[in-house]
Amino acid sequence: MAEVSRLQPQFPTLERQREADHFGMLIFLATEVLIFGGLFAALFVLRAEHSTEYTKASKEMHYWLGGINTAVLLTSSALVALMVEAVKAGSARLAKYLLFGALALGLTFLAIKFMEYGLEYRDGVVPQLSAAKLRGGPHALFMDLYFAATGLHALHVLGGLTLLASLIWPFGTARRDTSAVFAGNAALYWHLVDVIWVFLYPTLYLAR
Amino acid sequence: MSLHFWPTQASLHAEHVDWLIGSFGILVALLAAPVFILSAVYLVRYRHGRKADRSQREAGNVWLETAWAAIPFLLVMGFYVWSTKMFLDQQSPPDDALTIDVIAKQWMWKFQHAGGQREINELHVPVGRPIRLTMTSQDVIHSLYLPALRIKQDVLPGRYTQEWFAATDTGTFPLRCAEFCGTDHSVMGGRLVVQTPADFAGWQAQAGADRSLAQLGHTLFDRLGCAGCHGGNAQGQDAQVRAPPLAGLYGKPVPLADGSIVRAGDQYIHDSIMLPNKQVAAGYEPLMPPFGSVLDEEQVAQLEAYIRSLGAGGDR
Amino acid sequence: MSEATSHVNPRMSQEPIPDTAVERVSYLAEGHSLRSWLLTTDHKRIAILFLISITFFFFCGGIAAALIRLDLLTPAPDLLSNDGYNRAFSLHGIIMVWFFLIPSIPTTFGNFLLPMMIGAKDLAFPRLNLASWYIFALGGLATLATVVLGGVDTGWTFYTPFSSTYSNGAVFMAVTAVFISGFSSILTGINFIVTVHKLRCPGMTWGRLPLFVWAHYATAVIFVLATPVLTIALLLVALERVFGIGIFDPRLGGDPLLFQHLFWFYSHPAVYIMVLPAMGVVSELITNAAHKQIFGYWFVAGSAIAIAVIGFMVWGHHMFVSGQSPYASAIFSFLSILVAVPSAIKVYNWTATLHKGDIVIDGPLLYALGFIGLFTIGGLTGLMLAMLSIDVHVTDTYFVVAHFHFIMVGGSVSAFFGALHFWWPKVTGRLYNDLWARLAALLIFAGFVMTFTPQFLLGYEGMPRRYHVYPEAFQPLNVMSSVGASILALGYLLPFTYLLWSLRYGKPAGPNPWGATGLEWTTPSPPPKHNFETVPIVDKQAYCYPVGGRGEQSEPRTQNAKQDDG
Repeated sequence: MAEVSRLQPQFPTLERQREADHFGMLIFLATEVLIFGGLFAALFVLRAEHSTEYTKASKEMHYWLGGINTAVLLTSSALVALMVEAVKAGSARLAKYLLFGALALGLTFLAIKFMEYGLEYRDGVVPQLSAAKLRGGPHALFMDLYFAATGLHALHVLGGLTLLASLIWPFGTARRDTSAVFAGNAALYWHLVDVIWVFLYPTLYLAR
Repeated sequence: MSLHFWPTQASLHAEHVDWLIGSFGILVALLAAPVFILSAVYLVRYRHGRKADRSQREAGNVWLETAWAAIPFLLVMGFYVWSTKMFLDQQSPPDDALTIDVIAKQWMWKFQHAGGQREINELHVPVGRPIRLTMTSQDVIHSLYLPALRIKQDVLPGRYTQEWFAATDTGTFPLRCAEFCGTDHSVMGGRLVVQTPADFAGWQAQAGADRSLAQLGHTLFDRLGCAGCHGGNAQGQDAQVRAPPLAGLYGKPVPLADGSIVRAGDQYIHDSIMLPNKQVAAGYEPLMPPFGSVLDEEQVAQLEAYIRSLGAGGDR
Repeated sequence: MSEATSHVNPRMSQEPIPDTAVERVSYLAEGHSLRSWLLTTDHKRIAILFLISITFFFFCGGIAAALIRLDLLTPAPDLLSNDGYNRAFSLHGIIMVWFFLIPSIPTTFGNFLLPMMIGAKDLAFPRLNLASWYIFALGGLATLATVVLGGVDTGWTFYTPFSSTYSNGAVFMAVTAVFISGFSSILTGINFIVTVHKLRCPGMTWGRLPLFVWAHYATAVIFVLATPVLTIALLLVALERVFGIGIFDPRLGGDPLLFQHLFWFYSHPAVYIMVLPAMGVVSELITNAAHKQIFGYWFVAGSAIAIAVIGFMVWGHHMFVSGQSPYASAIFSFLSILVAVPSAIKVYNWTATLHKGDIVIDGPLLYALGFIGLFTIGGLTGLMLAMLSIDVHVTDTYFVVAHFHFIMVGGSVSAFFGALHFWWPKVTGRLYNDLWARLAALLIFAGFVMTFTPQFLLGYEGMPRRYHVYPEAFQPLNVMSSVGASILALGYLLPFTYLLWSLRYGKPAGPNPWGATGLEWTTPSPPPKHNFETVPIVDKQAYCYPVGGRGEQSEPRTQNAKQDDG
């Protein structure tokens, strides 16, 4: 997908090649949604079977940190959307600044996330490491699923950041690709990472 | 070692299942017949090199195709209704059923009768009487399979499932585990012994339990100090009221702290002992420690029998 | 040399055999170094890589099957210990399902033919295609590592809490292996969908797609939408196994049935991954053998899509006795009957396609007929299993074992061999001896029926599956089954001898030995690297066989394309 401007032999036109890249990315994102779908199913089952414990555990989350993170990620996503428009308009410099902004916000998200993990460690609610304050099975299970879901999400954030960074280096796509194929696909991925968080946040932090 | 192709039937339900599969088998054979017969006929008649009328070939025929999709489907739907009704009837045991607790563990079956008789890998029941098996597992998923009765039900940890039957024949029938459960899965079996009521009474006396299941449960209740919160004799009077009284609880609707209402059946009592914070009764603090690591399923069944013996609530 | 020509297949059109110079530019001649194979992006070479890999795994799984059948000759545990037996059937299941059946037709013939059938030079993402093979190989190596680590005893279904908490086998490794292989499926699925959407040649409308392509399109949709759910289910098992998080452990607040729901949400559609491509193959084989248009193109194509869609809504029929709500069971039972309708349409339409055909009975047709016969029996017994009251008695018994072997082995593997024989001349450029092919097809059919029919009876009599020790009354039927299995094994080994033999001694095949209409037959055999010299332009329906029978040469589906390829 990196070779945006070179026509590969299996495609009749560059236009078709771009459509294919775009379409392939969309299908890939569908698989990502389903991967997280399984985790959401697990969370819903836990909530259905242990609703009291689930809401209690959820209330104890650092929901304001999660809230800040939601804002951070949404802003970053907005910058990336603007970046794609900038690439299409040929303003490479603007695109680069927007990318730096998005990258910085993405890193902020991760920093806050890990700070939150640290706080949870201090609170004594990390099942395998500091379980002092856990109230038995369902509470531990909630926290475990929380770590699994947000951990997997953090891995996706990391992947998205790598993709976005590669637009600056080594590919420098922002500079020459005015049809924004690779930039557009990277942006799509970043939006997905964002959307998943938008569903994870209420599921984990705001259950009442 | 003789070759036989049909398993013994030992209940009315088994007979019904055999009728169902027999008649459905005929339908299925009728649906398959055109494929086998016509293919063979066409292979012969239209074989390359053989003179045959090959003119006016059809590339499709919507009505014909719709017909051979719809007609078999409708025929099968008739059997669907029959089979599903039979299945749903099989879900609710009659009220006068004799309840026996089943606890599965790697790799044995344990049975507890209300009278306190306990047996392993062998289940004695009286003929003609509906028997309800209330089943749970101590470890992995098992499945209690009684081929002669054509019934099978998975046995899950942490959950009660049930199956019921009314055997029509006396005799000894196989009892097997049908869900893969580890090393000795294939030898986790035993015998179902169906006896005449007189023989069964004799067996009960000879298997001689000095105390009933409820009495065993009562002893356990005292030993674990449950009375400290739930009240002596489970009346909830002489203790400070920290926990709901248990007399007359069984079968009653219980309002929960989160506003919902559950019926105090076996599953509720089981969960309240093993994972008390799952469903907290309204008006009480969640103070009870979980007994999941203290009690095994046999003991929980005894405690349930005790609570049942304290009287049933009004509307079941 | 003379052996191969002694038996001339009348299906073959008597075209002049082209100069062997064509072979020199074939995809096989594009380089002979190991590197040229391991770094190839040519869909045809990747198909060969997959073919070799899955053949290897077919033998691995076959060895496990041989151990099982040998051990079951007697009711007592003699050859293997109980644990050994459990490991044998688990390995058999895991390898056969994920490392043979799931990839079998799609990654080999799908990979090879899909681009050619739609007039494309390659798949949309050739490097992703190669990555798919490497991921698959890595998953396969991890499976073999499981054996080295002492094997796994969970069965291929990995039911919790046995797998997550109680098993003492190498569950983590096995789960990892299947987890890895899932990504291979996902990449192949994405590639197929995009290719069908974006790389059809001019004139290749959706209504002109060969049914093989429709079948693979439907399969790819399942690959993409079902596999991720397995991925996450296995991830949860791994987490539970390593950290004991309790998600499937009721004592910690988890639910063991959650795994079954997630697992079957994948694994039931996965059954259609195994059988849809086989149906695609059979549609090609039957039309060519009858030299006739398929009966009811849209019904057959549409039923592939219907199967893929309804197939996602029937997973609960694996769980009728699991403790799920009986009303849910009633709905799943209904939907399972519904999903049988499109399968029935296909079978009836294939039969109707033979009507007024000009039928040549040769190896490929016998395999296709074997598929239809065995699939019909497997499908109809599946209908029995969809009936709640019957299922309660026979689920988790040998009845189920027989049922899914009829579909997945009797059906899909027969179709795999049918495809292997039908496209072998295209893939290798060589003809094999059809007499041997027919003999092998008959052996496979007879061996199969003898192996698995007794198992229906065993199941109804009450022999649970995964039983190492069984009551003596079941021995005669088990012996019959094991004898059948040895015939089946012979049938499976036979093609490997004469097909390999044909590689060296077989007659050159020519571009279109069967007089078939597909675009893949307009290329030289074996095809050159980018398949088509010029981009084909299609102006006909699929399977436009001449009305007058085999006397006339079937016209190619294409106009001679203009020399400039756009």
